[in-house]
Amino acid sequence: MSLLAQDTRTKRRNAAERRFRRYGLTAIGISLAALVMLLTSVFSSGLGAFRQTFIHIPITLTESALDKSGTRDPDVMHKVTTIGYARVINAALAQAIADNGIVIDGLTDDDIADTISKEAPAQVRDAVLANPDLVGQTVSFSILANGRVDGYLKGRVSLESAAIDTKISTRQLALADAMQDKGLMSRDFNWAFITAADASDQRPEAAGLGVAILGSLYMMLVVLCLALPLGVAASIYLEEFAPKNRWTDLIEVNIANLAAVPSIVFGILGLAIFINFAGLPQSAPIVGGLVLTLMTLPTIIIATRASLKAVPNSIRDAALGVGASKMQAVFHHVLPLAAPGILTGAILGLAQALGETAPLLLIGMVAFVREYPGAPPEGFFDPASALPVQIYNWTQRADPAFVERASGAIIVLLVFLLVLNATAILLRRRFERRW
Amino acid sequence: MTRLTITASAIALLAATPALARDQVQIAGSSTVLPYATIVAEAFGENTDFPTPVVESGGSSSGLKRFCEGVGENTVDIANSSRAIKASEREVCAAAGVTDIIEVRIGYDGIVFASGIAGNAFAFTPADWYKALAAEVIVDGALVANPAMTWADVNPNFPAQPIMAFVPGTKHGTREVFDLQVLEQGCQDSGAVEALVALKGDDAAKTCTALRTDGRSVDIDGDYTETLARIASNPDGIGVFGLSFYENNTDKLQVATMNGVLPSTESVTSGEYPVSRPLYFYLKQAHIGVIPGLKEFAEFFVSDDLAGPDGPLAAYGMVSDPALAETQAVVADEVTMQ
Repeated sequence: MSLLAQDTRTKRRNAAERRFRRYGLTAIGISLAALVMLLTSVFSSGLGAFRQTFIHIPITLTESALDKSGTRDPDVMHKVTTIGYARVINAALAQAIADNGIVIDGLTDDDIADTISKEAPAQVRDAVLANPDLVGQTVSFSILANGRVDGYLKGRVSLESAAIDTKISTRQLALADAMQDKGLMSRDFNWAFITAADASDQRPEAAGLGVAILGSLYMMLVVLCLALPLGVAASIYLEEFAPKNRWTDLIEVNIANLAAVPSIVFGILGLAIFINFAGLPQSAPIVGGLVLTLMTLPTIIIATRASLKAVPNSIRDAALGVGASKMQAVFHHVLPLAAPGILTGAILGLAQALGETAPLLLIGMVAFVREYPGAPPEGFFDPASALPVQIYNWTQRADPAFVERASGAIIVLLVFLLVLNATAILLRRRFERRW
Repeated sequence: MTRLTITASAIALLAATPALARDQVQIAGSSTVLPYATIVAEAFGENTDFPTPVVESGGSSSGLKRFCEGVGENTVDIANSSRAIKASEREVCAAAGVTDIIEVRIGYDGIVFASGIAGNAFAFTPADWYKALAAEVIVDGALVANPAMTWADVNPNFPAQPIMAFVPGTKHGTREVFDLQVLEQGCQDSGAVEALVALKGDDAAKTCTALRTDGRSVDIDGDYTETLARIASNPDGIGVFGLSFYENNTDKLQVATMNGVLPSTESVTSGEYPVSRPLYFYLKQAHIGVIPGLKEFAEFFVSDDLAGPDGPLAAYGMVSDPALAETQAVVADEVTMQ
């Protein structure tokens, strides 16, 4: 028997190990493949949302159409609705097409008007009401193009699909080509996707995430301000001060249980307590934040208790030994050492709360909201949407352009989650101490 | 010390929960009415000094349930519905103090049957759908589980395509119209009702609308986008859609005729196309004057500029109501339901 030749038993053991490594690699491979598939599908359909098609034309803001009184008084000019502005814009586009010598067979006035977004009149009206002196002048505007035209420039709409699509014609696509050649139409970076409010089904091109981002931010603020102090206080008491008896065991079991309760249950609770009983308004970030606080509390408590436990007893003993009170020992020595772990837990809890939709369903936040909530603290009581809710809403819309918007919103949400998780990792790396 | 201030500010935040007066209209209800309501809400916010109303969806039934929770600022002002409110729902409303309800009919919506753009073309009658989807049908005088497997089994004129139907779930108002105007109608047209009454007594209607559960008819509880996704992944699938949804997706769906009539806003208006239903919203009179802009919003919704035949709602696919002037009068005079 040689030391160099393996016996059958060793061979079997080594083979088992090799098999196990292969299983592990397969498991990682499968999860990586799933992740890649998810990201490719999201990014391939969502990146388009960050660029948008604009029409650049001079618009003559005729006094007879926009300010009959001639007073330039915004209160009087309010009476002209977006319908009046739409006529002015349509005429301006028809003029610009003629001026540039674009001729397309069979192109009707309606065809021309329908290449413009329904949002454009509101855009121009807001500009005019903000600065009434513009009336009577010819001003250059970059207005949004219709969602189907935008889809054509992004390759979502083709000549074949347009032929059987009642919402766009091949003539309009020919017009879009010609306008691009003349520099009247281009694709630019779409800041409005991040800042603008949601838009109705008729104007997917104008829909943005502004209200949703603000709503999510407000809710996260509420969660941070409530869940962190409550969670940390509860954990310090349970870990450092509470006697070990049947009651504290019961509380401990309950906290662990709460962490596993389906999030929709917190929504039902929120509806019953915060809206029906406490009389807080519907669709408001304060209610969403309170509900998510309840949901995040157990996560923070469990993380905080784990990091308090990780601080060695010798530190407490040393502090007590030099005459510190129990509270001084905890606040001066234990808590600072446990802080990185607590913060990591809190950030992971926040990330979980940021992606949560189900509890918001019942408190009226899954809604079409176009008004930005005000500045805090009043803004906490204004209606708002939330990022995951906005994604859910957009996937339900009829217009195919909303698929792109929903994927774009997923990208934004993923970026936020990535930033939160990266912060958590960074904090842990920088400040965590091991004994 | 810093944590103390954070805690203090959190407590201050909780304590400072004043009963803030709501200044925007709050709407919940039908996902069919949702696009119209958002279009109107958007235009309302744009063209008036009132804030844009908040519109939630979730289905007619859940919207009416929320509507009937009571009167007050933390309840919804308007419930959208793709069917008329039921007597039972009005009782629930009355029990919670919601008594003066204004019913506003905004227009009509066609219900269409559509399959993938590459699939076979169909010309349906209600009887075909009844025979294809009923749980139990009468064969040789006895009630048996539906044996039809392909559309050719139902009607020899159809291709032998497996039956695979995606119908709206029971929480949708569309399902009720489908039950009534397609299944019950088909039950009658095919002469099955008489045989069922003879066999089972008076609850024949229930048997008519009981759908098969062997996987050939699938209830869709989500929205039409889910039905569209199911059809995209299943070329044999035929789905039930709202006319406006179809009009937005004509490049992906081909629509079937019903009784030989192609669905369109014109054929629904004229009444030739048989499957359509009115769309409503319900309004709490008690909230008028309390919630700013509520009555103005209702008037704006049914104005000729929006709900008329040339308005944006018709452009999106709603069939405008020929008797719109009466509805406008109802809103202007705040005529409540009796």
